[in-house]
Amino acid sequence: MSEFVSVRVNGKPVTVRAGATVAVAVLTAGATCRASVSGQLRSPLCGMGTCFECRVAINGEPQRRSCQVLCEADMEIEVDG
Amino acid sequence: MDSVKHLRFDIGVVGAGPAGIAAALAASDSGKTVGLIDDNPAAGGQIWRGAQSATRHSASSMWLQRLNKSAVQIVRGARVFHAAKGELSAESDDSAIQITYGKLILATGARELFLPFPGWTLPNVMGAGGLQALVKSGLDIAGKRIVVAGTGPLLLAVAAYARQCGAKVIGICEQTSRPRMARFGLKMMLVPGKAAEALRLAYDLRGIPHWTDCWPVAAFGNRRMESVRISCQGQASEMECDYLACGFHLIPNIELPRMCGCRLRENFVDVDEYQQSSIAGTYCAGEPTGIGGLELALVEGEIAGYAATNWEDRAKHLFTKRARYQKVVRILKDAFPLRPELKNLARPDTLVCRCEDVPHEHLREHTSWRAAKLHARCGMGPCQGRVCAPAAEFLFGWEIDSVRPPLYPVRCSSLAATPSHSAPRI
Repeated sequence: MSEFVSVRVNGKPVTVRAGATVAVAVLTAGATCRASVSGQLRSPLCGMGTCFECRVAINGEPQRRSCQVLCEADMEIEVDG
Repeated sequence: MDSVKHLRFDIGVVGAGPAGIAAALAASDSGKTVGLIDDNPAAGGQIWRGAQSATRHSASSMWLQRLNKSAVQIVRGARVFHAAKGELSAESDDSAIQITYGKLILATGARELFLPFPGWTLPNVMGAGGLQALVKSGLDIAGKRIVVAGTGPLLLAVAAYARQCGAKVIGICEQTSRPRMARFGLKMMLVPGKAAEALRLAYDLRGIPHWTDCWPVAAFGNRRMESVRISCQGQASEMECDYLACGFHLIPNIELPRMCGCRLRENFVDVDEYQQSSIAGTYCAGEPTGIGGLELALVEGEIAGYAATNWEDRAKHLFTKRARYQKVVRILKDAFPLRPELKNLARPDTLVCRCEDVPHEHLREHTSWRAAKLHARCGMGPCQGRVCAPAAEFLFGWEIDSVRPPLYPVRCSSLAATPSHSAPRI
C-alpha cells in the first residue's frame, strides 16, 4: 500500500498520508469545510464525529462528517470556502 | 434503497474505546458471541485513535492486538441511533444495521465541553482533544503556533503531544486556580502508576508556560483565527497563533444510556458494583459512569464484560483494582470546577448553537432548554445539542432532560429499516 494518497478538494489536488481523514485533507488544502446557516465559514471543532462542523460533500454525497471518513485515492471533496 | 444488515450477539458492546474493548474481550472469554459497535473508522476510541499505525504505545498496542486476535466481531463506522428493548438500530455508510442482543454494555465515552466566547466559531479554533484527534488522523502541525486553553489534564497531554509533533506550543491557559492545580498534582502522585506519568509529562512540557487562573476571552481573525486574547491572573494579553486548542474538560456521552432507560445520578449513569445499570442486563463502563481516565475505564470494562457473562467471581476479583482508580474521579472533580467568570465570556451576538447559529441574546430570554429549543431552534441542528446543550446547562443553569430518537441524523432508508415493533416514536 502506498504511503500517501491523493484526493481533490474543490478540484485542487492534495496529498496526505495514507490513513488520513478527509478533514485532514481539507485543512491541508488550506480550505474550510462548510458555510453555516448564516454564512460563516467553519472547520472541525471536535475531531471525533460529534459536532458536525466538518461536514463536506464526498464524491457528490453531501453532509458527510469529514473527520470520520478516511481519504481514498481520487476522492472528490467539495467544501465551502 | 440501502441494504439492511441483521446482526445477533449474545453480548452487544457499544463504543470501541478502552472500556468497550476491555468489556468485549472479557465477555468473549466465556465463548459467547460478542459484537463491538463503533462510529469511528477504527477501534481504539479517542485516546487510542491512530494507534494501529503507532505500535510503540505499549498499552494500546497490547489491547488492540488482543482485540484483533479475538473472536469479537467489530462493527466499525456504525452510528447507533435508536435503542428499543433488546435491539439497537444503527447506520453505516452503505447500510442500515439492526442488532439484537442478549445483554448490552454501553461504553460510549466522553466528549469535550466547549464554552462559547467571541470568535470561538472561527476556523482553527478547535477542541484541545479535537486538535489532537486531527493530528492523530494525519494533520501536520510542524512549525505551527498553538495556544492550548480551557481546563483539565487533557490540556497537558495535548500540549506535550503537539510539541512532540513539531508544533510550537506558546502556552497552556488553565482556568483553575494555582492551589487547586498544585493539589491535583500531589494527589495524582499517589495514584498507582501516575507518578511516573506525571514526571514524564513534566519533562515533555519543560519550558512551555503553564498559566493558571487563565482563560481565553476572545479569538480574532478574518477567514480563520489569527490571534487570541486571554485573561491571565486578571491581566489581559493577546497572542498570535495558528491554532487555538480549547476544551473545558470532559462530559459523558449519556444520550444512548438515557435512551435505554438507564437511571442517571448527577448526569452520570448510575451503576451497581458489577457495572450494571438500573436496567437489568444493561451495563455501563468508562467515562459515562464518571470521568476517571484510561485505567478506570479498562477495569470497569473488564468487570462489565465478566458480569454480563455471569462470571461474577472474575468480576469481583477486580473490585480492589477499580477502587484504586475510582479515586481519580473525585480528584478530577475537585481540581477543575468551572469558574463563574466563564459564564460572562459570550457577548449578546456570540453564537451558542453552532448548527443553527443561535446567538446568546436569543437564549437568555428563555427559562428552559425546551423553550429555547422550541423558540430559538437551539440544539435542533445536526449535532442535536451535543455541543450547545452542555454549554447552555452551564451558562443558564438549565436541566437538559430529554433525549429523542433518532440520536443522530440518519437516512430515511435507515429509519424505514427499523422494525415497526421497535420503531422510534418521533
